[in-house]
Amino acid sequence: MLDTVSSLIMIAAVAITTFATRAASFLAFPKNKEVPPTVRYIGIILPPAVIGMLVVYCLRETQLFAYPYGLPELIACLAVIGLHAWRRNVLLSVGAGTVLYMVLVQMVFV
Amino acid sequence: MGGYRQALKRAFPYTVPVMAGYLFIGAAFGVMFADSGYNVLWAVLMSVVVYAGSGQYLATTFFVPGISILQAVFLTLMVNIRHVFYGLSLVDRYNRFGRKRWYLIFGMTDETYSLICTTDVPDDVDEEKFLLSITLLDQLYWIIGTAIGSLAMTVVAFDSTGIEFAMTALFIVMFMELWYRRSNRPAELIGLIAAVVCLAVFGADNFVLPTMLLIVAVILLGRKRLEKGRADADA
Repeated sequence: MLDTVSSLIMIAAVAITTFATRAASFLAFPKNKEVPPTVRYIGIILPPAVIGMLVVYCLRETQLFAYPYGLPELIACLAVIGLHAWRRNVLLSVGAGTVLYMVLVQMVFV
Repeated sequence: MGGYRQALKRAFPYTVPVMAGYLFIGAAFGVMFADSGYNVLWAVLMSVVVYAGSGQYLATTFFVPGISILQAVFLTLMVNIRHVFYGLSLVDRYNRFGRKRWYLIFGMTDETYSLICTTDVPDDVDEEKFLLSITLLDQLYWIIGTAIGSLAMTVVAFDSTGIEFAMTALFIVMFMELWYRRSNRPAELIGLIAAVVCLAVFGADNFVLPTMLLIVAVILLGRKRLEKGRADADA
């Protein structure tokens, strides 16, 4: 633990740095400046790509080459996909998938 | 304040999956920060002014003598650099809004960004108020989770192992919702494949920045084909 002043300075540093990464693009293209077509194109095409990446990001710690060989993740992901294709209800898919995964890692693949 | 009540009411259902996730991963941060010797006021302060999942987890390791501010800034930059690209994709949309857009920009976490990009704004609410509502609700869940974890010192009484899968499931569902629109499919696959390749090459701790760069490179190089593909798919 640091002293109070150092702690506050540290929090400020982390807060400002985090905000800077989020604000950088908006500072580069302020309101009164025309957004170049390339950036507009990126705005359309990037979000679906980022969500593809975030799925992998969430699963990055999966143990593929040792027990349980990614089975809990595989089963739970398939359940989410199946449920969502069937009912297309976000809360149901996320809720049931999460409960299933918790049961799998806590009781089945221990 | 006209319209905010309606906007909050409309936004709430979309944020429930994030609530499930944030209460618990926020609590995990509260526990970690308590372990470093910081009480609930400090933990809540962090979640109010920083508001970043993996960024705050990482930050709990900064609060020991011997870590310089410069190191902390560098490590935070590395873990959050993907947000530069998120911002790039929202410049056009947010520049139409007033000063309050800076709160949207401040609150641009992975989950909030994805939710905002995949949700069609209902017809009967103002877009800016709706997006502000989503962002505010998400941050409230995060702050409440932080406080609970910090006070309880352990992630709630029951065994919450695996609860983090709520975030995975949420991103899978968002992925599918985008998939239903054909024109999104090539970009989704580019993101997925780029991430798998970079994960295999760079490992779990270092693959996000290479993935973002690879994605941007591919979508810029393949612009002609991708734009034509989108036009054909939507036709």
